[in-house]
This record gives sequence, C-alpha cells and structure tokens, in this order.
Amino acid sequence: MAELLFWPALFAYGEAAVAYFGETRAPGLPGRLATWGVRLGWLAQTALLIAQAARADGFPWSTWAGSLNLFVWLLVTAYLIWGCRARFRLLGLAVTPLVTVLFVVARLGGGTELGMRSHYSNVFLVLHVGLVLTAFAGFTLAAGLASVYLFQERRLKRHDAAILRLPAPALQTLDGLAGRTIAVSLPALTLGMVVGLVRLEENGGGLDALMAVTLATWFAYGSYLALRYAYGWQGRRTAYLALAAFALVIVVRLALPATHFA
Amino acid sequence: MKLSLVGISHRHAPVEVRERVALDAKAATGVARELAEHGGECVCLSTCNRTELYVVGNDAEHAALEKLRALGGDEVAALSYRLADHAAALHLFRVAAGLDSLVPGEGEILGQVRVAYEAGAPGPLLNRLFRDALHAGKKARAQTTIAESPASVSSAGAALAQQVFGDLTGRRVVIVGAGKVGELAARSLAARGAQVVAVANRSEVRGHDVARRFGAQAIPVERLADELASADVAVTCTSAPGFLLGPEDVRDRKGRPLFLIDLAVPRDVDPAVNDLDGCYLYDIDDLEAVVAASLSGRRREAERAEAIVAAEAERFRAWQASLEVVPTIASLRARAEAIRAAELSKAKLSDAERETVESITSQIVNKLLHLPTVRMKEAAAAADAVIYADAVRHLFGLEDER
Repeated sequence: MAELLFWPALFAYGEAAVAYFGETRAPGLPGRLATWGVRLGWLAQTALLIAQAARADGFPWSTWAGSLNLFVWLLVTAYLIWGCRARFRLLGLAVTPLVTVLFVVARLGGGTELGMRSHYSNVFLVLHVGLVLTAFAGFTLAAGLASVYLFQERRLKRHDAAILRLPAPALQTLDGLAGRTIAVSLPALTLGMVVGLVRLEENGGGLDALMAVTLATWFAYGSYLALRYAYGWQGRRTAYLALAAFALVIVVRLALPATHFA
Repeated sequence: MKLSLVGISHRHAPVEVRERVALDAKAATGVARELAEHGGECVCLSTCNRTELYVVGNDAEHAALEKLRALGGDEVAALSYRLADHAAALHLFRVAAGLDSLVPGEGEILGQVRVAYEAGAPGPLLNRLFRDALHAGKKARAQTTIAESPASVSSAGAALAQQVFGDLTGRRVVIVGAGKVGELAARSLAARGAQVVAVANRSEVRGHDVARRFGAQAIPVERLADELASADVAVTCTSAPGFLLGPEDVRDRKGRPLFLIDLAVPRDVDPAVNDLDGCYLYDIDDLEAVVAASLSGRRREAERAEAIVAAEAERFRAWQASLEVVPTIASLRARAEAIRAAELSKAKLSDAERETVESITSQIVNKLLHLPTVRMKEAAAAADAVIYADAVRHLFGLEDER
C-alpha cells in the first residue's frame, strides 16, 4: 500500500515541472504552485523512503534503481534549501523535469518497491552510497546553477529586453552558490570514495573502469575548486567547468549497472 | 454618511489647468481643515498629476466643488470629476495602488496618499477609507510585480546591474563624463547601495564638482583604464565624437564582472567590449528597450492588481453598508443589557453570588445577540440593511429609542 506513495510524489514533481514552465510565461501564481508541488512531492517521497527503510532487510537502496530513488530525494532536498525563494524558480525549471524523469526511471527499475534486500553491510552502504549520492546530488544542483548562470548570462549579453520580467538570481549569486555547493559536495565524494577503497582493500578487489571515472570526476571538481579559490576564476569559465565535470557524473551514474551492480 | 470625491487629474485636464490647483502640503492641509470645519471630514490629495478632495457629508460635494472653483476658476470646475460612495472609494484604492498613474504601479503615489491622509481632517469614514486604501496599495504591489520593473533608463541600468551583482552595496562605480544624464544613472546606482569612487571628465572643474557630490575622487580621463581594473560598474556619458573605451582598456578580469552603461550619443564604449568575458555593455537603445518591455509588463500586471483592488474596495463597501445597522445593533444591545440589569437588581444575592450571576447572564445575553448582530451586518453588506433593521426595531420595540 505504501508503494502507492510513488504516485502523489510523481504527480507533485510533474506538476512542479509544468508549473515552472508556466512561470516563464506568466510569473507569479505558477511559480507558487510549482514550489508547493516540490514541497508536497518531497514529503510524499520522504514517506515512501521511510516505508522502504522500515520494510527492508538491510540497506533498501542498494540496487541501481533504488539508489536512483534515493538520489532523486537528495537532489530535491538540496534544491529545497534555496528553491522556495521566488528568484530561484528558474533553477526549478532545470531541476524538476530531471527529477521527474529520474523518478520514473527509478520506478521502472523497481527502485521504489518495498521489502528490498541487500547482501552488503548496512554501515558500508550507508556511508559509501549515502556519501557518494549526496555528493552527486550536490554536483547535479551545481550543474543546474551553472546552466541557469549561462542562460542568464546569454540573455544579458544579447540585451534581451524582457530580462527583468522573469525573476532570476543575480549572476554572481548563481556563480557563488555553484562554487559553495561543489565545495561542500567534494568532501562528501572524497569520504565516500575512501570508504569504498577501504572495503576494496579488505576484500582484495581491483580497480574497475567506473572507479577510474569517479577518480577523474574527483580531479575535475578538485580543479574547479583550485581554479576558483586559488586562481580567482569565476563566471562563464567556471560554469563551463562545472558542466564538464558533471558530464563525468552522468557517465558514472550510467555505468553503475554495468560495473557495481553487474 | 455620504462619501464624495471631487477632483481633477492628468486623465482629464492638461498641466496648465492642473497647476492652478496644485497645492503644497500646507495649503492642502488648510483646504482639508476648511472643508471639514462644520463637523464633516475632508482629505485633500494634491500631487503633480492630481488634486482630489475626499469629503463626507450631505452637502460636502457641493462645497468641495466650489472650493476647486475658487482655487482654479470655472475651467477647473468644468474639467473636474465627481464620484460618490463606492465609486469614490474604488477610485482612491486604484490611485493608492498606482493604477491611475501615468506609469502603472509607480511607488511615489502611495507615500503621497499617506501624507495627504495624515495632514487632512479625517473622521470615522475617511480614517477607515484611507487606511484600507493604503493597505490595498501595498497588497497590490506585494502580490503582483507591477512595481518591480524599472520605468526609466537610469533605473533600468541599476536594475540590470543588480541582475549581475545582486546586492549593489559597496560596488565600485566609475562615472565617465560629468553630464546630468550620467549623474542621474549614478544616483540610481548609489540609491541601491553602490559607491561612486571616481569621476573622469575632461573639464577638471566640472569633474571635481560632480565627484564632490558623490564623495568620490575626480580623475583625468587618461587614468580611466587603471580605475576600471577595480571597478564593478562604469557609467559613461560624454560628448566625445568617438569611442573612449575599447576592449584594450579592459584588462583580463578572470570572469569578474564589469557592467557598463553607455548613455552617450555618439557612443563612448566600443560594442566589442560586450564580447569580453564578464563584460556587459548596455547603450541607450538597449536600456530604452528594457524600459519599454517592463512598461508593457507593468500593464499586464495592472490587470491582476485591478482585481485585488476591486476586492478590497468591495470589503470597504460592506463595512460602509454595515454602518447603517450599527445604531440598531447598539439599541438592541442596550435594551438587552437594561433588561438583564433590571432583573438582576430584583434578586437578593450575596456579593459572590451576584458576581457569578452577573457573569453568567452577561454571557447569555452576548451569546443570544451574537448571531443576530452578525446576520444584520451580513444583511447590510447585501443591501438588505434597512429591512432587517426595521424588523429588529419592530420585534424588540426599539422604535422609541430612535
């Protein structure tokens, strides 16, 4: 019965995605409806995750689809930190369609079912999966912020006469938030990777291609932070860098079923 | 109590007529007090776009019209409009929301309404009317974006700078040229917290003059490139025949933004600067296009604001209508209280018992009369006030108390 919580969550996320699109046409009420859609969707998904945790034998999100379900929740949680502010509604247009699609994919893969079983230890999975997914949610949000930055920057450069009609965060706000989000997410990824490597060492396994790409992702975001905070880079360059690094995150997520979950 | 409005505004009268009845604060207060002299109420709202007299009383409208005629002559009286009760209230609500202004949603009018109210001679009706109008004005601005978009080139420049930097507090502004237009744009930025740090001008005297007004430093034009290195915003408005600034004058900023407002014709800044990373150049045409777009946006928002204002005016109408039943409600309550007190005085009770019975009987009376009171106020709002009031007076024998 609790599995049915998927539907209100999906409906609310979908409504938010449509309403955020409406906000670009007529700012005001659609934006408020979208914000409430995200909030209600998050509440319904939180209830679903609690039900999954209560009924699971072990860590309930150890499958690829299950981890996608958790990833969606983490992404929405991170988004809600700023997303309720009127000026950040444009970010909602970048985040909610992605959230809706990924949530459907998680459902199709069985990631929203109850009574999941896992043969890995809970502590390892909570630390490894939890930390890596938290970092990935942060990177996704940073990519969303970078996308909005580039969109707004393009409008400013092209002298779009209607630019003031659609409320959006200032370029420097978007740039700074993307930087801070990555600065918080990278330590989470580092810890998650260390936990995975310790377990690998204990079990005597070897490095696979996914781990190599994850390492490359770590270097990409490490370079981002170094260039930003040590060399003073900001603006368009760092936005492109954040998107390039995010491409590696997508590769890692897509490669998961073929490696870790194979 | 009849509410009336007699006024003249930019919609019906040209400036040469309006200026005859344009009153300063002291004169407006004098007019309001004079018209309210004989127990009436009056508030005089006088701005550059309108002079309006809000009065209460049966003959107050005629007196207000004669006052306008005395101030501005027959032509003013002929071009004036007269509104009563709900129409007058709705008009004031629209005025307070900026819906009757030249630029829809302009913010100054709300303050002018407040000042007029505070300086006027309001009584119970105008107190409520102006308080509700100020509330409606604020609500329309809060729930729509009617007042958010800029209405002038200088405010558009500042709003666009905020799109880049967010909060402008402490942002460094350089002015190139010491003309009025550039100064106006710089003032708009300074009003949002930006700091004018340097004024570059060919004429040293004029440059020093403008720099002193902003507490900035006057610099020669040759030092402009050095000053731009640490600036966030540059406003240019010189009469130079060619470009004063080119891409070579803007050093590598590693993406750190520089917002340039070029108000000069011919232009002062080479358009190629806009192609540099982190540089945003807006010339006068770009800014005028932003203003035009935002004004059309304001007009769209005005439709939503109209609905908010109409709802607030309707609430005021309901309140005003409820005043008709207030004397009946007061009589009914007085009669009930008199009966209660009379019956209680017949009872032989100790002090403690009397206190308890007083409390209980008061509650009974209040509870019994609560619903009839609410229903009568509702009926008043639905224009059935007289029927209900007469019925209550007849049923409870209140006729003698009129």
